[in-house]
Amino acid sequence: MKKTRTRVAILFAIIALIAAACSSSSDDATETTVASVSTTEAATDSTSGGSDFKIAIVAPSASNDLSWTQSMVDATNVLKESGIVSEVAVTDGTFVVDDAAVAIRAYAADGYDLVIAHGSQYGGSLEEIAPDFPDTSFAWGTKAETFGLPNVYSYEAASNEGGEVMGIMAAALSESGVIGIVGPIEVGDAKLFVDGFKGGVLKQDPAAEVLVNYIDSFSDVALASEAATSMIGSDADVLTGSAQMTVGAVGVAKAEGALWFGTNANQTVLAPEIVVASQVYHWEGILEEMIDNINGGVLGGEIFRIEFANDGLVIEYNDDFDLPSEVKQLADDAIAAFKAEG
Amino acid sequence: MSDVFTIAVLVAVVASAIRLAVPLLLASLGETFGQRSGVLNLGVDGIMLLGAFTGYYAVLKTGNVWVGLLAGSLIGLILGLASALIAVTLKAEQGISGIGIYLFGLGMSDLLFQKLVGTPIPIDTFPQVDIPILSSIPYIGEMFFQHSLVIYLAFAAVPLAMFVINRTTFGMNIRAVGEYPEAADTLGVSVTGVRYATQMIGGTLAGAAGAVLAISLGIFQQNLTNGAGFIAIALVYFGAWRPAGVMAGALLFGFVNALVLELKTLEVIPRDLSNLAAMAPAIITILVLAFAAGRFKAPAALTKPFTRGK
Repeated sequence: MKKTRTRVAILFAIIALIAAACSSSSDDATETTVASVSTTEAATDSTSGGSDFKIAIVAPSASNDLSWTQSMVDATNVLKESGIVSEVAVTDGTFVVDDAAVAIRAYAADGYDLVIAHGSQYGGSLEEIAPDFPDTSFAWGTKAETFGLPNVYSYEAASNEGGEVMGIMAAALSESGVIGIVGPIEVGDAKLFVDGFKGGVLKQDPAAEVLVNYIDSFSDVALASEAATSMIGSDADVLTGSAQMTVGAVGVAKAEGALWFGTNANQTVLAPEIVVASQVYHWEGILEEMIDNINGGVLGGEIFRIEFANDGLVIEYNDDFDLPSEVKQLADDAIAAFKAEG
Repeated sequence: MSDVFTIAVLVAVVASAIRLAVPLLLASLGETFGQRSGVLNLGVDGIMLLGAFTGYYAVLKTGNVWVGLLAGSLIGLILGLASALIAVTLKAEQGISGIGIYLFGLGMSDLLFQKLVGTPIPIDTFPQVDIPILSSIPYIGEMFFQHSLVIYLAFAAVPLAMFVINRTTFGMNIRAVGEYPEAADTLGVSVTGVRYATQMIGGTLAGAAGAVLAISLGIFQQNLTNGAGFIAIALVYFGAWRPAGVMAGALLFGFVNALVLELKTLEVIPRDLSNLAAMAPAIITILVLAFAAGRFKAPAALTKPFTRGK
C-alpha cells in the first residue's frame, strides 16, 4: 500500500508539474520544457529570408496580455515575418524572478543570439547570468542600465510621452474634471506613464483633479477593479492604467460608462465602446538596431529608447469611438511637439 | 482630512469590502467543511483557478452567467473528488498533495485559457440586484443591498453552513470524524464517506468562488486569484473553524483591503508608505492568527489519514 501511495503521489506530482509547465502560449507553437518553466517556440521555419538569427523572450505575464508582454512578442513577430529573425521563442508568465532566471540561462545555453529579459525585475538575474555567456547578447528593460557588461543592451520606453498626449485628450473629454489612473507598483515604465498622463491632464486643465492609485501589484485584477470603482465613486469619468492587471479596471469603466485610455498594446478589443485610444509600443525598430549591432560583432553596451521621434511609440485610436476633431488635434499637436524635440 | 472620512467614503469602502470578501468567504467556507472532518486541502487556490476559467469560458460560450457559475462549481466538485481520492483513499501527505492540486490548477487553467481563448475577451458580469425597500435606505442600502445575487447567496451560505455543521447528523458526523475518527468508525460512521463528502463540498465551493471572481470581474487572466485560495485557508484558522468566524475574517480582510485602496485613491496614505499599507491586510491576518493561536483548538485529527484498526 505504501508503495502504491508513493507511486500515486509521484504520478500526481508529475501531472501537476506538467500542467504548470505547459501553461505558456503561442498559437502555432511547439512546446518544450526548459527546466521548471515552460517554453513555447514559434515555428522555426523562416518563410522569408535566410536569416538564422534566433531571439528568445522571457516575460512576466502572458504573451497575449494586451499589455506589456504582448508588445514585445508582437515586435519580434514583426521581425520574424520580415525575415530579419528566423526563430522567436517565448517563456511567458514568469512572475517569479527565479523561474525567469532559469529560462534566461537555458536560452543562452541553447545558443540563442539575443535573449530578452522583458522586465525591470530581471536586472539582477541578468547581471549574474550575462558574464557566464560572453558570446550571447542579452537585452532587458525598461531601465537605462547595462551594468558595464559588453554583452548587455538595455531599453526603455518614453511612456511619459504617450501618457502626456492621452492625458491631454482625457482632460479635454472629461465632463466631471476628475480623472483616475490605476497603477501597479510605482517603478519604471508604469511610473513614467502615470506621471506623464497626470502631467498631460494638468497641462490641458490645471483645475482638473487627478486620482492616482498604485495598487502595489502587477497581477491583482480584483484590486485594480476595486480601485477603478473607487475612482468612479469619486466622480472620475475618464480612466487609464498601466500593466496587465488593468483588465479589471477596464471592465469597471465599461460597466460604468467611463472612458478608457490604454497603454503598451492596443486595448480597444477589451471595450470598444469606451476605449478612446491606446499608446502602443513598437519595439521592432530598436530590436532591429540591436540585431544589426550583434551581426556586426557588438553584443551590448548600449541603451535604447522608444519614443514618438523614432516611431517606437504610436497612438492608436479606436475607430469606433467618435473622438471630436478638436481633441484629436490637441493630441496631434502634442505628438508633433515631442517629435520636434526628439 | 475631514473631507476624507465622510459617510460617502465609508459607504464605498464597505460596499467594496463585501465584494472583495465574497470569493474568500465561499472558498474558506468550503475548506471549513474539509478541515472540520480532518482533511486539509492546500489546493484551494488551484481549484479556484480552474473554477474561474471554467466559469469564464462557459459564460463566453453561452452568454449566461448562471451557466458559468454552475460550470465552475462542477469543475470544483470534480477536483474535490480528486482531492478526496488522493488524501482519503490513497492517504497521500495532505500538504504535498494540496500543493500538487494547486500547481495543477494554476497550470491547467492558464493552458486552457491560452489554447481555447488566447487574448482576453470580456464577458457579461452578474447583474446587480437591488433588494426592494432595503436598497433605498440611505447609505445602508448602497452598502449592503445593492449587490449581485451571488453576494447575497454567499452570505446566506454562512448560517446554512452553521446549521449543517452544528445541527444536523451529517454535521455531527463531520465533527466526530475530524476529532476522533476511530470512535466515529466504531459507532458506524463512514469516515471515508464523510471525508469524501466534505472534500466535494469544499471543492464545489472553491470552484464557485473562482467562477464568482471571474464572472464578477468579467475577465480571466493567468493566475487570476492572485493567491486568494491560500488566504482562504488562513481564514479558516482565523475563524477558528467556525463559519461565522470565517465570515468575520473574510470581511475584515476585505475591509482592510478596501480601506487601504480608498485611502490611497484619496491620497491620505502618502505614496512612499504605499507598499507598507498594501501589506496591512496580511499583517492584520497574521496578528489575529497569532492572537487566536492556542485560544481555539484545531480538529484533533486534522491532516491525519484514517486507517481502520490502526
